[in-house]
Order: sequence, then structure tokens, then C-alpha cells
Amino acid sequence: MKPPAFEYRDPRTREEAIALLAEHGEAAKILAGGQSLVPMLNLRLLRPEYLVDINRVAGLSFIEVKGGELAIGACTRQRAIERSELVRRTCPLLHEAMPFIAHFQIRSRGTIGGSLSHADPAAELPTVVTALGGRFVLRSVRGERVVSAADFYTGFLSTALRPDELLTEIRVPIPPVQTGCAFMEVSRRHGDFALAAVAVLVRFDQDGRCAFVRLVVAGVHGVPFRSADTEASLIGTKLLPEDAENASRLMAAELEPISDLHASADYRRQAARVLARRALECAALRARSHAEAGT
Amino acid sequence: MTQRHIRLNVNGQPREGDASPRKLLVDFLREDLGLTGTHAGCEHGVCGACTVVFDGEAVRSCLLFAVQAEGAAISTVESLADGETLHVLQQSFHECHALQCGFCTPGILMSMSVFLSECPAPTEQQVREALSGTLCRCTGYQNIVRAVQLAATRLAATRLAATRLAAK
Repeated sequence: MKPPAFEYRDPRTREEAIALLAEHGEAAKILAGGQSLVPMLNLRLLRPEYLVDINRVAGLSFIEVKGGELAIGACTRQRAIERSELVRRTCPLLHEAMPFIAHFQIRSRGTIGGSLSHADPAAELPTVVTALGGRFVLRSVRGERVVSAADFYTGFLSTALRPDELLTEIRVPIPPVQTGCAFMEVSRRHGDFALAAVAVLVRFDQDGRCAFVRLVVAGVHGVPFRSADTEASLIGTKLLPEDAENASRLMAAELEPISDLHASADYRRQAARVLARRALECAALRARSHAEAGT
Repeated sequence: MTQRHIRLNVNGQPREGDASPRKLLVDFLREDLGLTGTHAGCEHGVCGACTVVFDGEAVRSCLLFAVQAEGAAISTVESLADGETLHVLQQSFHECHALQCGFCTPGILMSMSVFLSECPAPTEQQVREALSGTLCRCTGYQNIVRAVQLAATRLAATRLAATRLAAK
């Protein structure tokens, strides 16, 4: 189908963009890559009065390191992040997850900020940025605030973003080099949203015991799901295969996935459990090889 | 609904036209510029039939508005052949019988032209992954994979010949 009629605005600066959002509030939608928004318009699931196209806004597309953090402009194309040597080097978890996002023809237009603020619970980027402890810079005419990923996701397709706010930048703390990471996903076909996906970060102390672990699951809850109990159960262990197995069972018991035409709740729970075990083992292996390379 | 005047470059030629903001790029190319080689399929970004090259990147023209193409350089399937001489991808598709009804073909050709420029010696797995963003409802994927591999081999041979010529 064709999109409904709307008023089109294409500001050139962040100030113009947030002024338009302040003026039109909930009547306006921000158009970034459009890879989720335009399908929703074409299917007439949305009828915004105004579209504020931020593609020509200066200074929203960049990848740089600032004070120990990887800073990425909200309108940076997913394809640019996928190709970025800086991202590969400083944040391998993000690099590893990029090819799982849809298809390259979608990533060439889709933006990191668009995916993060659309907040599809089965999307890769919200899960990865949550695992990395990322923060979002939100600008409005009222000023700027920085919200952690944990506070940003409030429910199914819902975020802390207010109607007059523009996500301008994503900041991700660069994990220490000895961190091992893994991203794994199950989907029906390549490029589909995840039935379940898992992002893991692991670090060991000098005695080879797990000193830090982050385990976040996509596709099973309304928001990226982090199990603090599962993570706590792994601290101090050597993260051997039986530790990963026990932790993944603990995590799976906490999940309350939905059943829909793509997969049953039991299937999703099982997929998440197996992915968690494999991703924990893979991240642990990588963390150990970093430690050995460092000595 | 105010119309906007759009100036852009399509297949190496400066083009212009007027469009209301809701007009999709695929419809602008087809209806206003008369370039009907680009096909509108699902119109929500899933099938890939409408894929064109936009500032060097393969994109869905059903997920862009024509007004967003102001100042852009776009290539459509019409840009591939040189007169009666088919592009190496087209020739490979022809020889491998990689199209049946042909509806999906323009999008696949434009996607693969970008893919092969970035990944000139792909494995079969890489070809299949790159093709996953385009749907063929005749389900002739085996021959499409073969055709892309044949085109990759021919492009590599052309590059090698050009390198040898330059070295002489």
C-alpha cells in the first residue's frame, strides 16, 4: 500500500529538529532510516500528521572514541557501523551482532538510533547496547539528558523518549581488552527478527575466575532481558561448561516468553537456554585467549 | 499537500520532477521518470524487488520518499546494459536460466551489483546470504546462486586481463 499524506519537514540542524518536535509533539514522528517507520506508514499502522526527517541534520552521523567511550551519532547507518574498523577493535560485541540485523539493503539505510528508539524486543541493537551498559543522549528544547539503556526500555515498543526529544548520540563504555564476548541468534530465516538472541560479555580475574559477566536476551520479553541472578551465580566460577549449563537453566526458568505464529513459548525458552549456554562458553573461551595473549 | 521540486541524478543523467512528500521513490522512478524497470512488490521492504543503488548503496526504493532523493545519485536496472550488450550479471542470469517470471530480477541485479563490488570473490554461502534480502516467488534460487557465481568469475577474469594489460 501507499503511505497516508503527511506534512514533511527536513531540518538541517539539531536546533531546528528539536524546535519542530517541541512545536508538534505527538503529532510528529522522526524519520531516520525509515526501515521500520515507512513499512508502518505503508501498511497504514501509523498516520502521523508530521514527519521530521533528520537525514539532512548535520552532526548526527559519526563514530568516535571520547573519554573511554565509543560515541556513535544516532543517524549513523548500520552498514557504516558494520564496516567500522574502530567498532571492530573497540567493541567486538557490537561488530559481531551487526550482520544479524535484517539484510544489507536494510542496513545500508537503517540507523542505530532508529533501531534503538523503535525498541522492537526482538531487535539486536537494544540487546547489545543494554549488555554493553550503553547510554542514550536525548535532546529537547528543555535541554539534554543522558539515560542508561536499562532505564530507556520501559516496555513493548516503549521507551523513555518523550515526544519532544531527539536521540542524538549513543555512548558505549569500551570494554577492557581482556573481555570475551559473544552474540548468537536463532531466527526462522536469515535476516528475520530473532526468535531468541543472546549477548554475553565475560571477564576473568588473575586466578581465572569469572569477575564480570553480562547476559542479555532478546526476543523473549517486551524489553531486553537481563538476569541478575544468573549473572551472580557465575561470579567466582571458572565458567566451565557445567557452569554455563547451570546458568543457562537458571536463566531459562526466569523467562516468560510469548507464543505467536513464529514460535511457541516453550521453543523460545529452549532456544534462549541453548544460545545462552553456547554464548557463555564462547565468550569464556575468547576471554581466556585474550588473557593468554596478554601474558 | 504541497508538492516539492526534486532534482537528482538517475543513471548518470540529471533528472527532475515534482512530488508530494508521500510519494515513494519507487513510484517516482516509475511514474514520473518513466523508469519502469524497478518493480514495486511488497511495498514494505521485505521482497527487495524495488532495490536500487542510492549514493552507492543498495536500498529499498519503497522505503524512501522521493523528496529524500533530492541531490542523490541513483542507479536503476536500466543502467546495467550498454545498448544491446548485456551487463555481465544480466548475461550470467540469461545463460544460467536464473529468472522465470522476472519480477524479482531487477532488485536482485541491483543488489548483486553492489554485493560483487564489495565482495568480488564470494563463497556460495556468502552469495546465499546476500541473496536472502530478495525474494523470488518462482523459487528459482539454485540458478540465481549459480548466475551470481558465474558473474563473479567473469568479473574476476576481466579484472585480471585489465591488470595484465596495464602491466605490459
